[in-house]
Formats: sequence, structure tokens, C-alpha cells
Amino acid sequence: MSDTANERTGRARDYCYLFVMLFAIWMVLTSSLQWQEVITGVLVSVVLAVYLGRTYATLGMPPLSVKRIGYFIVYLAVLSMEIVRANFEVAYIVLHPKLPIKPGVVAVKTCLKQDIAKTILANSITLTPGTFTLDIIDDTLLVHWIVVRSEDNEETARLISGRFEKYLKAVFA
Amino acid sequence: MVRVVAGTIVSGIGVLFLLVGSLGVFRMPDVYNRLQAGTKCTTLGACLAAVGVGIIEPQWFWKTFVIALFILVTNPISNHAIGRASKKSGVPLCDRSVVDVTENLKEYEGRS
Repeated sequence: MSDTANERTGRARDYCYLFVMLFAIWMVLTSSLQWQEVITGVLVSVVLAVYLGRTYATLGMPPLSVKRIGYFIVYLAVLSMEIVRANFEVAYIVLHPKLPIKPGVVAVKTCLKQDIAKTILANSITLTPGTFTLDIIDDTLLVHWIVVRSEDNEETARLISGRFEKYLKAVFA
Repeated sequence: MVRVVAGTIVSGIGVLFLLVGSLGVFRMPDVYNRLQAGTKCTTLGACLAAVGVGIIEPQWFWKTFVIALFILVTNPISNHAIGRASKKSGVPLCDRSVVDVTENLKEYEGRS
């Protein structure tokens, strides 16, 4: 079986991503720059990257570019803000004597294609105020919402996933 | 000294969120709302508690940072897994629920 050049660079890219990630985790956990530690880390990361590269490649990571990294950093900033807001909102609901909830399961359409992008979107929704992802069926996310503000499809998409989707679309486009 | 005070404050805020989260597990009416309280508050609570320890002991900071990162990545997945399993095995939403789109989906037919 002969691979096209495009596929081959794609696979090399996946191995590189995995290697860099494993090596970064190794460096953080050992937190030392002694050459024995660094060399062991490089060897272990290479072996693991070669061994697990195939599985990792099925995620469909996009090629690296400055624009993508920039959007991803903006996305992370938005996400951290939302996580803090989520905590205060849920804390408020829990501590309120009347327990002001209006729960329900709503459907949210997404236009993201790759599995990895959908996974990141689903996890972000889970981390943000009063929503968590129950299931993904094709391009529809089923979301449990603790205070349902709208039952309309487009309105829910704007309120729940709109904040993240535009950045993720730029990252994975 | 400043480090110890700052670390204690950060850890303390984290522990407060954990307290609110466990309170929410008692107060909420059904499994889905309990999951909301049980994951939202514990994600930030556990992260802040870990990072607070890292501020008190600076040589541990990056390790606690990685712990916080792993909590952030894995907590939503366990939340999703429990929620999906409950829905698939037919645990009903509470009486106060206003909408449930899964009623009209064939994937969830005959499961509630």
C-alpha cells in the first residue's frame, strides 16, 4: 500500500505532536535539567510516540500555524473566564434558599466536523455555566441545562456554544 | 510568609467551592442537576486547592499545575459518562424540568 505524500506528512505531524506533549509532561514532572533525566525523557517519549502514534492519528489534528495557536490561546482565555463564571453561577443556585432551577434537555447543532473539535466543544460546554453535554448524535449535541432560557434551536446554539464555536472553527478549519 | 498566606487563601477558596459542590449534591432534585453541582464546583475547587499547595511549596508548583490541568480535562468526561449512562438506562428528569428533546429521538426510544 503506497501512501500519498500528504498522508505521510500528516502522520509525521501526529507523531511530532504526541512526542512534544509527552516530553513536556515529562519535563514538568521531573522538573530538572540534568542531562540523564532529559535523555531518558527523550527516549521514553520517542518510544511511546512511535507505539501510540497510530491511535493518536485517528483524532485528526490540524496542521500547526501561528493563526491557529493564536485563536487557541484566545479560546483558552474565554474558557477560563467561563469556568470561573460557571462556578459562581452554580454556587449561587445551590445556596439560594428557593433553589431557582428550571432544568431541561435541549439540542444544540454544531458545524464542527472533526471528532477532536466536537470533543473539545462538548467538554467546554460541560465546564461552562449550568450546562453539560449528555450525548452527541452526528452533529447534534444533547445538552442538559440547569436554567433553560430558550427552547428554540438557533437561540440555544447561540447561548450555549456560540462563544466557543467561532474560535474552534478558526482553529480546526 | 507572603507565599504561605497567598497559598492558604487560594486553597481556602478552593475548599469553599468544594463545600458548595457537596451541598449541591444534597439539595438538587435529580441525578442530572446533582451532576451539575457535583462537577462545576469541584472542578474549580480541586484545581484551586492543588494550585494553592503549589504556591506554598514553589518547587511543587508545576506538578500541581499539571494535576489541575488533568482535572480540567478529565472531569467533564466523567460527568458526561455518568449523565449519558443515566439517560440511556432511563433515569427520569425531575418534575420541574421544562423540556426534554430526547423524547423524540430514536436513539432514546422506549428508555424512560
